[in-house]
Amino acid sequence: MRIIGKQEVEDIAIGAALLGTGGGGDPYIGKLMALQAIEEYGEITLLDVDEIPDDALVAPSSMMGAPTVMLEKAPNGEETVAAFRQLEAHLGKKIYATFPIEAGGVNSMLPLALGARLGLPVVDADGMGRAFPELQMVTFYLDGISATPAVLADEKGNTMLLSTIDNVWTERIARAATIEMGGSTMTSMYSMTGKNLKDSGIKGILKLEEEIGKSIRLAKLNNVNSIDEVLKKVDGFELFRGKVSDINRKTETGFARGIASIEGLNEYKEQTLQLRFQNEHLLAETEQRLLCVTPDLIAVLDAETGLPITTEGIRYGARCVVIGIPCHPKWRTEKGIETVGPRYFGYDVDYTPVEELVKKGVAY
Amino acid sequence: MDTFRIGIDVGGTHTDAVLLDQNNKVLSETKSATTDDVATGIYTAMKKIIDDANVPREQIKYAMLGTTHCTNAIVERKRLNKIAIIRVGAPATLAVKPLIGVPDDLREAFGKYVYLVRGGHEFDGREIVALDEDHLYSIANEIKGKVDSIAITSVFSPVTQAHEQKANDIMKEILGEDIAISLSSEVGSVGLLERENATILNASVVNVAKSAADGFINALKSEGIHARVFFGQNDGTLMSVEYAVKYPIFTVACGPTNSLRGASYLSNLSDAIVVDVGGTTSDVGVLVQSFPRESSLAVEIGGARTNFRMPDLISIGLGGGTIIRIQDNGEFTIGPDSVGYQLQEKSMIFGGEMLTATDVAVALGKVDLGDASKVAHLDKAILRKVYVNMVELVEEAIDKMKTSSAPVPVVLVGGGNVLLPEELNGVSEVLRPAHSGVANAIGSAISQVSGQIEKIFVLDEVGREKALELAKSQAMTEAINAGADPEDLVIVDVEDVPLAYMPGNATRIRVKAAGALAREKDKVIK
Repeated sequence: MRIIGKQEVEDIAIGAALLGTGGGGDPYIGKLMALQAIEEYGEITLLDVDEIPDDALVAPSSMMGAPTVMLEKAPNGEETVAAFRQLEAHLGKKIYATFPIEAGGVNSMLPLALGARLGLPVVDADGMGRAFPELQMVTFYLDGISATPAVLADEKGNTMLLSTIDNVWTERIARAATIEMGGSTMTSMYSMTGKNLKDSGIKGILKLEEEIGKSIRLAKLNNVNSIDEVLKKVDGFELFRGKVSDINRKTETGFARGIASIEGLNEYKEQTLQLRFQNEHLLAETEQRLLCVTPDLIAVLDAETGLPITTEGIRYGARCVVIGIPCHPKWRTEKGIETVGPRYFGYDVDYTPVEELVKKGVAY
Repeated sequence: MDTFRIGIDVGGTHTDAVLLDQNNKVLSETKSATTDDVATGIYTAMKKIIDDANVPREQIKYAMLGTTHCTNAIVERKRLNKIAIIRVGAPATLAVKPLIGVPDDLREAFGKYVYLVRGGHEFDGREIVALDEDHLYSIANEIKGKVDSIAITSVFSPVTQAHEQKANDIMKEILGEDIAISLSSEVGSVGLLERENATILNASVVNVAKSAADGFINALKSEGIHARVFFGQNDGTLMSVEYAVKYPIFTVACGPTNSLRGASYLSNLSDAIVVDVGGTTSDVGVLVQSFPRESSLAVEIGGARTNFRMPDLISIGLGGGTIIRIQDNGEFTIGPDSVGYQLQEKSMIFGGEMLTATDVAVALGKVDLGDASKVAHLDKAILRKVYVNMVELVEEAIDKMKTSSAPVPVVLVGGGNVLLPEELNGVSEVLRPAHSGVANAIGSAISQVSGQIEKIFVLDEVGREKALELAKSQAMTEAINAGADPEDLVIVDVEDVPLAYMPGNATRIRVKAAGALAREKDKVIK
């Protein structure tokens, strides 16, 4: 068990943006919610997943809908409280703790705001170890844990309990309801037992986010290279170093898709990296070789500050370092690759772990 | 009858002024020191250009002022209004209250009268809940006599202003017509906290803006000039003095904008990169269709995050007064500190002790300034390396601002522009037009008047054509209200961005219209 306050929240927000691999939306408003909740209700209790009883009920909290709407019509803060009460009534059991569904963007911060508000412990585990755009893209799904019963709640006090036959229907009904409720709702999906979370969750994600954020912050103060520090923390690899020379974006079916071209500098001179993204960065390659591909993480960092750059924030001329981070082993299974591997996103390549690509390179 | 106009730009170090004829020919120009009270510096510069130009005073018809009054007040937290902050949007938004995320001293200055009222709208214009008018009446009675300016922000007011307008009416009903009220829908776009912050800052500088305007008008009058007065704003266009005292926040970045606009006019280029070399820093900006390209990222003012119209700039720590330090082993550093406005006393070519960027350029024969013999003893090989490094700093900043790798023309302006060479990497042509030292004051004098709107339209309901038309006509109305000639208006910018994860093809449309100033006689006839 550990108590965290405002500084830790600031650090976690930076780490979450990095593990969000370009997507997940701006964690800014989520961070402010957490900071305000700490000011008003006190600090947050973090629990290791091993500290949770096997039969305890744990429930994540996240948002659904358009991030743009949430940035204008910010939450009340009580939405998830109401959602949790309804879930408890339905399941006949108290919720023991909450946890983040993903690392990255606003969803990584919402459980922290809720934890402070309710004095409810937050478990240091998530279902992705990074960010992904779709409902079934969680390690819980790989182990057959259901997203439902799920609860949606708006700031007006409306809540809705969903029992569905599969994830496709969950997504369909929840999205339609979200639009009626004003375009952005708070949700709790994938509630589960402590045992489930121990078996299927990715442990220590908040700690990792905090350490990443802290090392970037301290690197600046101590005048050391923040990117080296980050690579040490995440067991990652520098893939490329260069300058953004072209960005080709289009919004399709709700996704921000596109390709960024990065022209090599220093030892990467004469090479061009192509970075393909759909909300998140999913594939990095040069003309000669594949460098890193989903579900391994690809983060783009500002070459000077080491701070992560989002897909919306990539601009021509930006000096950046592209790093690759091995994903959690759960994603490297057959079902994992089927769910979030390159072919699911429409890229015609086989998944090869980043550490192998870095070692030998896969020539085209 | 010939008419003349005055353009003044107040910067951190210098107050620049020009006097132009009706064909925008420069008749006189000056650079004088910015004074602590700002007004004295303006008066000195203005008097000098009027005396130098020697034109009939009654024929000076327009006076344009670009000023840092409001910026300074915010940064220094001085002379700010006593304000109340009203947010209409509860029960939504309570998880992030007003002022969360702004620096503590601003929270303290503004945090005394903060209210959250039930109301606001959804993205599609439905009410979240009905507006709590009783609450607004009780707030008005509570703040009576305690504040002189009010910031009102309602959720999704860029989509519909109804609740902000109603709140405005209730405040005026109880507090009288003279109370200053800033409505967020007039200030910024979608993004509650950023728009609210901008509205709060706006409310806090209405007095500063008013006294700046009064001071300027009185200074003109005391010189026997009865000109129409305009303020330069961030987007490179003018606003009437009446509008400026209501929405002074739009003046905070007018300085760099004026130099971009002036550079465009002087070089006769509509698309180019502009490098404004000052005493301490150089600002690099981009001209797109004669206007500054605006930043898409959140802009902080006085530490508060805002989201409104600001030029996209990179500032680098290289100016005429930048201090160069060379060690015994030949290693060197460039800045970031500078002798600033004391170049004439502290740099070596003027008999001082400090080696500055200007000294390096003089020693290498790039610039003829001061006494070159005072830097003749320096090791030219090292200075050459320093100079190459200085130029690379600028080239890198230019490259960052480009949107493609193709070479572009660069216009050099500002007092320190002589530092830079005739050729730059990645640049098709380096231009250094006449009067480029006072480009900012010229930019201020030649500005057009604009109007802008930004709204979310549900295209499945209204249709794209109709939505664009609606947006354009609203932008033109805004421009005419701000003082533009209806005959001369053109749409200068249209941008539509589809919103992710939204139904009905919801799209944010932004349109800007701009045109020449409406002349006096037009007003009389109409």
